[in-house]
Amino acid sequence: MKILYFSWLREKIGVPFEELEVQSENVNDLIKELIRTDQKYALAFEDIKSIRVAVDQKLIQNLNVSIKNVKEVAFFPPMTGG
Amino acid sequence: MNKKINNCLISVNIQKDDFDVNAEIQSIRSRKIIGGIINFIGVVRDTQKEKEELVSLELEHYPGMTEKAIMSICRDAQKRWEINFVRVIHRVGNLKTGDNIVLVITASAHRKESFKSAEFIMDFLKSRAPIWKKEHYKTHSSWVQSKEADELLLKDW
Repeated sequence: MKILYFSWLREKIGVPFEELEVQSENVNDLIKELIRTDQKYALAFEDIKSIRVAVDQKLIQNLNVSIKNVKEVAFFPPMTGG
Repeated sequence: MNKKINNCLISVNIQKDDFDVNAEIQSIRSRKIIGGIINFIGVVRDTQKEKEELVSLELEHYPGMTEKAIMSICRDAQKRWEINFVRVIHRVGNLKTGDNIVLVITASAHRKESFKSAEFIMDFLKSRAPIWKKEHYKTHSSWVQSKEADELLLKDW
């Protein structure tokens, strides 16, 4: 699965994206799985309320959304377009 | 990205280059059904929050999703108001104070639909298009934080 990071999350993780084999079946578990692998994720996901998530380029409202068979999951702070 | 739905042409571009407002408007004027054209131009401003002058504004985005998200906002606008034309150009990359950031043009037979839909599109673009701004000063840089007020605005629509 491709996992992407933007803005300050990208800076905290240190890469714009990575290809990972993940076991998790939903976004919430994916975050926990990442945190278990490295301290940098724990720091980046510290304030989960300030993080927005897109699954296959669609914004999700609930972290329980399934990630089975999805191609990409993106994590980023609230958007500041316009 | 171009789409034509129910006689409304929606066109969205994300680009580094500047845009030519007059040329964009000219291409819409030629359509005979158009009676009113609204254009909004967002420009880089120095917020003067810092003691230093803004050197540049960096815009990062999520290629692929940005186009889809903006297209979806425009389609929502087109469902609410009878508009015939929507054009959105959002710039990314490094910009300077005074540079164009975003162009939203809406056109319809009558003015109200164009006014309303342009405002709707801009409001949603602010907090629903995956774009992030970083302000660069001589000695430091900082990510622009989203405003609670911008999010609350969406509830009014």
